[in-house]
Amino acid sequence: MSGRYKTISLRIAQAIPVLFGVVVVSFILTRALPGDPAVYFAGASATEESIAQVREALGLDKSLPEQFVIYLGDLLRGDLGQSISTGQAVTDDLARRLPASLELTLMALFISCSIAVPLGVMAATKPGSLRDHICRVIVTAGVSLPTFFTGILLIYIFYYLLGIAPSPLGRLDFIYIEPDTVTGFYLIDAALIGDWETWFGALKQLILPATTLALFTMAPIARMTRAAMLSALSSDFVRTARAAGLSSSKILYGYALHNAMLPVITTLGMVFSFTLGANVLVEKVFAWPGIGSYAIEALVASDYAAVQGFVLAMAILFVLLNLTIDIAYSLIDPRIGFEER
Amino acid sequence: MLSIKDLAVDFQTRKGVVHAVRNVNLHVDKGETLGIVGESGSGKSVTSYALMRILDAGGTITAGDIVYSGIDLRHSSARDMRNIRGREISMIFQNPRAALNPIRKVGHQLEDVLKTHSQATRYDARAKAISMLEAVQIRNAEERYHAYPFELSGGMCQRIVIAIALACNPQLLIADEPTTGLDITTQKTVMDLIQSLSQERQMSSILITHDLGLAAQYCDRIVVMKDGELVETGKPKSLFNNAQHAYTRKLIAATPRKNASIRDLLPVEEQQPLPERSQSGETLLRVNNLVKTYAGKNGPVHAVKGISFDLKQGKSLALVGESGCGKSTTSSMITRLLDCSSGEIIFNGQDIGKIKLRDFAQHEMRKDIQMVFQDATDSLNPRHSAFQSILEPIKHLTDLRSAKRQDRVYELADLVGLPHSLLTRFPHQLSGGQKARVGIARAIAVNPQLLILDEPTAALDVSIQAIVLNLLADLRAKLGMTYLFVSHDLHVVRLLCDDVIVMKDGEIVEMGPVEEVMDQPKSEYTQSLLDAAPSLSKIVE
Repeated sequence: MSGRYKTISLRIAQAIPVLFGVVVVSFILTRALPGDPAVYFAGASATEESIAQVREALGLDKSLPEQFVIYLGDLLRGDLGQSISTGQAVTDDLARRLPASLELTLMALFISCSIAVPLGVMAATKPGSLRDHICRVIVTAGVSLPTFFTGILLIYIFYYLLGIAPSPLGRLDFIYIEPDTVTGFYLIDAALIGDWETWFGALKQLILPATTLALFTMAPIARMTRAAMLSALSSDFVRTARAAGLSSSKILYGYALHNAMLPVITTLGMVFSFTLGANVLVEKVFAWPGIGSYAIEALVASDYAAVQGFVLAMAILFVLLNLTIDIAYSLIDPRIGFEER
Repeated sequence: MLSIKDLAVDFQTRKGVVHAVRNVNLHVDKGETLGIVGESGSGKSVTSYALMRILDAGGTITAGDIVYSGIDLRHSSARDMRNIRGREISMIFQNPRAALNPIRKVGHQLEDVLKTHSQATRYDARAKAISMLEAVQIRNAEERYHAYPFELSGGMCQRIVIAIALACNPQLLIADEPTTGLDITTQKTVMDLIQSLSQERQMSSILITHDLGLAAQYCDRIVVMKDGELVETGKPKSLFNNAQHAYTRKLIAATPRKNASIRDLLPVEEQQPLPERSQSGETLLRVNNLVKTYAGKNGPVHAVKGISFDLKQGKSLALVGESGCGKSTTSSMITRLLDCSSGEIIFNGQDIGKIKLRDFAQHEMRKDIQMVFQDATDSLNPRHSAFQSILEPIKHLTDLRSAKRQDRVYELADLVGLPHSLLTRFPHQLSGGQKARVGIARAIAVNPQLLILDEPTAALDVSIQAIVLNLLADLRAKLGMTYLFVSHDLHVVRLLCDDVIVMKDGEIVEMGPVEEVMDQPKSEYTQSLLDAAPSLSKIVE
């Protein structure tokens, strides 16, 4: 086991050059973008002089290498800079908004998997049958409808028509008190202090946006599960298990599904990364204070510090995600020696 | 105990219905071992899958009765069938490593079966699984209980499969090509194990195989199948000495055996005298103290430990040995597909071992050394037609103009006996024998002096093997090629080669003329290989 910890720390160390590259590229790209933040923030009635003042205040009058060194120094101290549009430290903004996005994405994937994986298994047990076609229609419909449309449709049905969903405005209705921040995930924080009323309130807010995203992400997971199950079910070891008289549920879940998990987890990792980046539409529709809408606003305003902070946070997240997937691989499949690489 | 009457199985495919099995009648008595022999596509496996009711999707039993100890297997409920499978009738398969769940400990797989048939409880399953592993003669059973299939050798995996099959004391064991892909000595230990275990438990068994020698040695009674139908049945001795059906006779004739020449394998009407071979007697290839060492996880692995031999122009030399003996590594080094660690490979007076791999691809000698690969299917590009596959080396290694190239491909197709109409086909549209011909045509396209053949007939049916071997013998004489023949099949080697080198653990155990080595082996190892090889000659007079 100690070998495993060593490999994990080695892998994190290997990520440092990657992260440095991300820092350099995001720094250069933000500066290469058209638009001058000094002009933007000096306002419409600014004079040459006041623009120059703002520029100096933001430190943008210095040369690029100088700016970069200052930025690096700040980074090392854990300071991502000040967002000029929100006026807050970028670290604080991210700490508040990243958990909101993660909570939404993880919940969406949880819903998505708990529907898509059984659907895929069901479709694989009888390829070409009616249930196979029904599964295909469901997941294709889910992925074909744009998320903002499904989002609005769900709001229309469950909030406006049926009235069972709360108003789609953020993570928590104003009647509840925000739980103290421990992880930033409302569901976990509320559960930690045992405030089940708030927990339930947060869950109600979460359900509709998470379902919207889940509908969109079901297709790749269900398709991959079906394909992986089909190949597992036609493999020699499943035939051996059948010839040995094992029950069909044991064969299906104990043997075939277990073997089919690897490609499904790979797909899950990819789906996770694109969902986290692409859920900005859902965040907008549900007024969800997430990281996607934050990044878009920062980009429009040429808010350098915020954009760089966002890119860096995402890069770190993806490094951790890949590490998690590799560890999951080695836990599922003994043939993959995690320690050796 | 088991009787099958008028069995017919159909498969629904995209091209319509295929009648895989028709009118099959057979029975197995208590304690008897029945052999089902036949070539691929003869329906021998389908028959056994049908009686276990584990046919692949699309396969259905359309007619007939299958009765086992008074139970109607064709009409039993799925639940009853599950109880019968594994407890009453068990099955072991070819390719044992694939037949085991790759990510589950072998001990747990054994326990799954024991628990399914209520032969063990949560508390004693482990102990019973370990005692089962001991029963199939696995050493360190306690440790092996925790092993995964990829950590075990092929023979070891087959023992596990046998342990799983026998865990619940079935009355009938079906062995479907149980030793295909295993080494010849491993084949013997596995077959002996199956035989002794079934005698001990007074089980009946069905052995499905394409190897007539194996069937002759281990079966009490044999049925021959062809194209889904039974053609003949009888006791091994009478069947093989006095075959009634033409197909059985053809199969027996095509099986390599001691006193038959390479032409004897073909049907009588196709036999022509072997052409004369020209041999200059000059040394074409000299291998000097050739070594290959790999960096392994636990220190260096010595794959080839310094071997030396000469090969004269026009001769054929065989490299034989079990898997892991270094024969394929040696041939890869000589083909210059692999760098050697030290030693010399002197070809036509030049040490080609010193030329870098990357440079050798462009070297003028590249066309002098060519190779025919083991798996005819996997060694052809699936997106290339036969024509393109044969054209490839001509394009890269000769300076023929494009107009002439086409003629050359047709000429080669004629040489290997491939009809021109097949040249536009892709590998999946060709039969095994036709693919083998494409592979050979491709290798001889650039007129090589030395042709390296890596088990070229291992995946072919015996009758196709006979044709391919004869083709190789003809080409050798016609084109004056020298062969280096890598094989594990001693009978085939005897037919085609002049000299033989027996290898074990990266070293040469014995070398010399084929007759001498095989008739009076000097080493015990060679003797054990010869003993292990099942042979028809033992019962055919």
